[in-house]
Amino acid sequence: MKKLQKADYIKMYSFMLKIRRFEERAAQLYGMGKIGGFCHLYIGQEAVVVGILMTINKNDSVVTTYRDHGHMIARGLDPKRIMAELTGREDGYSAGKGGSMHMFSKENNFYGGHGIVGAQVPIGTGIAFTHKYNGEKNICRTYIGDGAMNNGQVFEAFNLAALWKLPVLYIIENNKYGMGTSVDRAAAGLDLYKRGEAFGIPGEKVDGMNVFSVIEAADKAGKYVREGNGPYIIEVQTYRYRGHSMSDPAKYRTKEELDNYKQTDPIEIVKAEILKKKIATNDEIEKINKDILEEIKNAAEFAINSPFPKDSELYTDVYL
Amino acid sequence: MPALSPTMTEGNLSKWLIKKGDTVKAGDLIAEIETDKATMEVEAVDEGVVLDLLFKEGEANIPVNKAIAIIGDPNEKVELKKEAPIEKVIEEKKIEINIETKIENKKDDIIDTPSPKIEEDRNLSSEEITMRQALRDTMAEEMRKDNKVFILGEEVAEYQGAYKVTQGLLEEFGKERVLDTPISEHGFTGLAVGAAFKGLRPILEFMTFNFSMQAIDQIINSAAKTLYMSGGQINCPIVFRGPNGAAAQVAAQHSQDFSSWYSQVPGLKVIAPSTPYNAKGLLRSAISDPNPVIFLENEILYGLKGPVNNDINFSIPIGKANIEKEGKDLTIVTYSIMLQKSKEAALRLKEEYNLDAEIIDLQTLRPLDMETILNSVKKTNRLITVEESWPFGSVGSEIANIVQRDAFDYLDSPVIKVNSADVPMPYALSLEKLYLPQVDDIINAAKKVSYIK
Repeated sequence: MKKLQKADYIKMYSFMLKIRRFEERAAQLYGMGKIGGFCHLYIGQEAVVVGILMTINKNDSVVTTYRDHGHMIARGLDPKRIMAELTGREDGYSAGKGGSMHMFSKENNFYGGHGIVGAQVPIGTGIAFTHKYNGEKNICRTYIGDGAMNNGQVFEAFNLAALWKLPVLYIIENNKYGMGTSVDRAAAGLDLYKRGEAFGIPGEKVDGMNVFSVIEAADKAGKYVREGNGPYIIEVQTYRYRGHSMSDPAKYRTKEELDNYKQTDPIEIVKAEILKKKIATNDEIEKINKDILEEIKNAAEFAINSPFPKDSELYTDVYL
Repeated sequence: MPALSPTMTEGNLSKWLIKKGDTVKAGDLIAEIETDKATMEVEAVDEGVVLDLLFKEGEANIPVNKAIAIIGDPNEKVELKKEAPIEKVIEEKKIEINIETKIENKKDDIIDTPSPKIEEDRNLSSEEITMRQALRDTMAEEMRKDNKVFILGEEVAEYQGAYKVTQGLLEEFGKERVLDTPISEHGFTGLAVGAAFKGLRPILEFMTFNFSMQAIDQIINSAAKTLYMSGGQINCPIVFRGPNGAAAQVAAQHSQDFSSWYSQVPGLKVIAPSTPYNAKGLLRSAISDPNPVIFLENEILYGLKGPVNNDINFSIPIGKANIEKEGKDLTIVTYSIMLQKSKEAALRLKEEYNLDAEIIDLQTLRPLDMETILNSVKKTNRLITVEESWPFGSVGSEIANIVQRDAFDYLDSPVIKVNSADVPMPYALSLEKLYLPQVDDIINAAKKVSYIK
């Protein structure tokens, strides 16, 4: 794997922080009634998507679940337009018709944002099918929550992907809870990464609080998939600090458990590395922090000032 | 006071986690709030010094969006908006009576090209071919034209199709474009939808549409809705095809008619051909369409023979009905296999009761060609609908609704629907016959709307 450059460290830190600040601001706007419906925050899981981001090609595709804001930011999409989708405005990525759970950017090969647990897995497998059909070297990264790992279509997709040797990298974001049900109450057999074994799909488990571990695993897995060996599964052990969605007080877990995870905060880990390696000074980091805070503030401002979709939009985009 | 659930209107301040004079950073916890559902922690989003706490711990029923603390720069004067009422996102709209425009298709959706008439077609083949072959030929023609078109499904390749509709395709196009799938509808349907999102044009064969229920989430939640949810970015050019409805004595789980299920869904187009001629023209339109299309074939019709138009560009527009037979006394609206029974019934109605029935073959169920139906009803003043679907909420139900709304004054009698029995399909031959609409049922309905005893 190629050595991480100084700029990579800054990139990782910035993206992770941007995701966190974005989510905190989204929570605030939700509290103010500017964002409605369901809103699932990514706080705590930042190292997963940013770690994977460090190993991808521009023409690779991505598909994920409804916990998708961080994935879009990591894809390099504009926080302004993401936030504008959350507020249901004209400038949102889905023109205000998708909302938090259903966001897409075709030009950036970002295929959602899917609201039905597990549905994105066959879809991502189909996108990988297209890469292969077209004779491209690109791969499709398909994110799966731990909750979806008990969903039948996931295994149908695994079977097809292995059968047809499709270039798909499955990333299980195991944040320990499917809504309020802990993995051990939902899954018979806790090693989710082994669930491809029957299909001959290799898998491994990775510490998802540590971005460097994620990068290492993603790099190896990505190469395996890109070389035409078929699918690969990475199970990333992570943790969401917030509830499942905005209205979830997360009573099903203890404060100690949460505090424990906060001790290994993914952003703090990167920051410590940056300082240790003297890649940036404290002041320089403060400057990044301030810039990101400002950028996200502007995104929020933009999102609440963007107009609502026109009434006539109700009937557009049903058919092409 | 933040709204911490979609339904919260006020909250109780359980506990402050900060005090006046503290410096807080974005992400720090500042308070515990009790909502209508639970107690939750609230974080600061901005940085600054806690200048004031506006409520004491334990204070209850604080309205959402009321300021509870001031965080800022101690050197700047803070102007407090004591209350920023929660934004009522959309004002209660005046309920205008514009229901009609809501149901009506948009102007651009209305297709101006009429459905070609077989009796006027100058390129009609001298040879008659089966519906099965018409479908096969059309798929092969489109696969030759466009490399992005491929077919997948159970037994479509080596077995040559469970009903031989894909015969010879594997030999011509190879296993990269004609793919046998495992018995895994949910999985391979989702896969095909993903492939369509990414720009391929899959033709997905369900061995029968009964098995599409295994995959219906992918068809509706993914294929039909994504264009809308993506603000027009991601379309899904896919054809879901296969036999629909009853075959012969295959009983309840293999005989369901799904026409009204799929026709209910915005984002899908639904087609039900009735002859080799329209099967060719409609399947070509379906494969070329940029939207997801449900193409409902009928197993019993696979062997039906008829002439076709062999021009490889011949197509029949989606959304246009065909007036199969003109008439003046009553209108019979039908589709798929019930066209044959309706034609039989029309012959007998003429012979036995001197009734001249007009028969409309819908061809497309969604978008529905209401213009053709309404024009016919305005002429004949009587309408029956004939379909294999269960009666509750069937295609005929929607037609009856629109006709009573838009042509009420033209009707000389209530609309009558002829459907299958409202029960699961029985196995016994005798009961199966009772279940399905028969020619006599159509004749009885025609007599009833014509007030003939």
